[in-house]
Amino acid sequence: MKTKVKNINQHAQCFNYICLVFFIILSTHNIAFSKTTEQPTSDQARIVSLGGGVTETLFALGLGKDIVAVDVSSIYPHQALKKPKVGYLRATSAEGIASMHPTHVIASEAIAPVSVKSQLKDAGIKLSLVPEVSNIQEAIDRIKIIGTLANRKKQAQLIIKQIQSALAKSVTQTKKPKVLFLFSHGGGKLMVGGLKTAANTMIDSAGGINAVNAYEGYRPLTAEAVVIAKPDIILLTERSLKAIQNEKALWKLPGLSLTPAGKKQRVIVMEDLKLLGFGPRTGTAILELHKEFSK
Amino acid sequence: MGTRSLMKRGQTLIISLSVVLLFCVIISIGHGALYITPLNVIKIILEPLGSLVTAVPEQEAAILWGIRLPRVVLAVFVGATLGVSGAVLQGLFRNPLAEPGLIGISAGASLAAATFMVFGSRILNANNSVLGQFTLPFVAFLGAMSCATLIHRTSVIHGRTSITTMLLAGIAFNAIGFALLGILQYVADDQQLRSLTFWMMGSLSGSTWELLIFTVPMMLFTIIVAPFLAHSLNLLQLGESEASHLGINIELLKRLTVLIVALGVGAAVSVSGMIGFIGLIVPHIIRMSSTPNHKILIPASAILGSIILLGADLISRTVVMPAEMPVGIITTLMGAPFFVVLLLKQRFRLH
Repeated sequence: MKTKVKNINQHAQCFNYICLVFFIILSTHNIAFSKTTEQPTSDQARIVSLGGGVTETLFALGLGKDIVAVDVSSIYPHQALKKPKVGYLRATSAEGIASMHPTHVIASEAIAPVSVKSQLKDAGIKLSLVPEVSNIQEAIDRIKIIGTLANRKKQAQLIIKQIQSALAKSVTQTKKPKVLFLFSHGGGKLMVGGLKTAANTMIDSAGGINAVNAYEGYRPLTAEAVVIAKPDIILLTERSLKAIQNEKALWKLPGLSLTPAGKKQRVIVMEDLKLLGFGPRTGTAILELHKEFSK
Repeated sequence: MGTRSLMKRGQTLIISLSVVLLFCVIISIGHGALYITPLNVIKIILEPLGSLVTAVPEQEAAILWGIRLPRVVLAVFVGATLGVSGAVLQGLFRNPLAEPGLIGISAGASLAAATFMVFGSRILNANNSVLGQFTLPFVAFLGAMSCATLIHRTSVIHGRTSITTMLLAGIAFNAIGFALLGILQYVADDQQLRSLTFWMMGSLSGSTWELLIFTVPMMLFTIIVAPFLAHSLNLLQLGESEASHLGINIELLKRLTVLIVALGVGAAVSVSGMIGFIGLIVPHIIRMSSTPNHKILIPASAILGSIILLGADLISRTVVMPAEMPVGIITTLMGAPFFVVLLLKQRFRLH
């Protein structure tokens, strides 16, 4: 009986000991890692930009130097990649954002959790929400909104004019090529873009027609469907091309070599966000597509 | 060994755990992406009393009140609720594998949350709806409660709750729930999928005072009522019929246990998403290192649950500053190996 009591006592000690260790690990961890972030001194704007499109637009408006942090979906331009990351747009934390001492947070309205909005307000931080876009008119509106928010109306107007002139130029296209859009979600599997996709909008705007008009959204690539669609041009994003390695591999995909595009080896590769992001490069993207389409 | 000395040691355990908890709270309040010195923390907290009005950076105060404190409070309550719920459920089921997820709370909440994330925007706009920031928590809470009710109803036979049936029904409904969740994940687009993944990994970052007003009373209810079940749960370990001969109203015990767990954990999950490990393993840690007596086990599990969640949340806030790592990953990543060590120690002692 005595030994048992002793055992239990030892055990309780062991438990307390473990608690203590746990606690010490926690505290040392924090002492080592929490550095006081330097307080902003001047009146210079400090913007935290959340959302790939928002960040890209802010950079295009020449505000890159004012941006102090971005979210992980801000992958363009490459200067954005060097900024501190405060998490993902749809899983942000108010404290992380606040720790960058922003004077202004500009975020896509898709920001989540929703309570971050009220948390930032409670912390006295100015937050502006910008709509998500899914077509060119909305893209133009967004550039206008961000231009107004960031006090860069003139520059915003220039970008919008560029998009509008690109659109006007593409309307004149008479010979409309059939374009097949291929997209990879990763894992090397390719999907075909149907109606009501960002790619469909871009193809239309640049004066082409989508070779697939039987369905909406994305469906897996099948050999038969590709042959029936008879595309003149294959369009894909850089990341999708990487997923299948190179152009050579593209023509080896089932059915592709049998299409008009395959016979002439006509393929357009464009950076993902430029083609599908409806950001400030939309105008350039349309012009480039248009040039290829008119060949 | 006498009961009295056992109780006394239990009390010592609870007191020492409380002290650790207090330390954890103090550290948590000061540390984070934005470091606030302990002196400033005290100044900011005492400010409303009007006694100490010395200059503290206004933004620090705003962050402490608006973001940091609600989060620490949430961590304390969610951790305690999960710990307590694990303890009473393992007692009720007389099964060491029982955890809040078993009565359908995780499956129901995640299914509801996923449905909302995938189809919700088509039905109502989360930004403009009346519920605002409460929409997702509210939907998740409803999901948790309805799934728990469904499982409980299935296991009521002739007005009596069958524990075995409830265990099996729990497994079955969990399977159904996660299969349906699979369908939702299949139809979800990239962004919805990513939101869902983050939700399923749990996070305390969404905590605001408004959310706490609705959820804390429910969690508090669980934490306060649970210790009153301790005596009955102790007797239940002898067997159902034995316990009922000793004057325990078994049916009431079962329903009350399921009710408090569903309410408390439903509220917890609705604001914090899924946080694994705590409900399952905290009671084991207490049992292995101290006593299986529910009178000690239940309050000790509550406090240890809070400690672990506070610690894990602190790490989740600081390890990838200024971004955040989902706290569910950390509770499991740190907790599980710790548990293995305990198991090995126990094995060593038995031989």
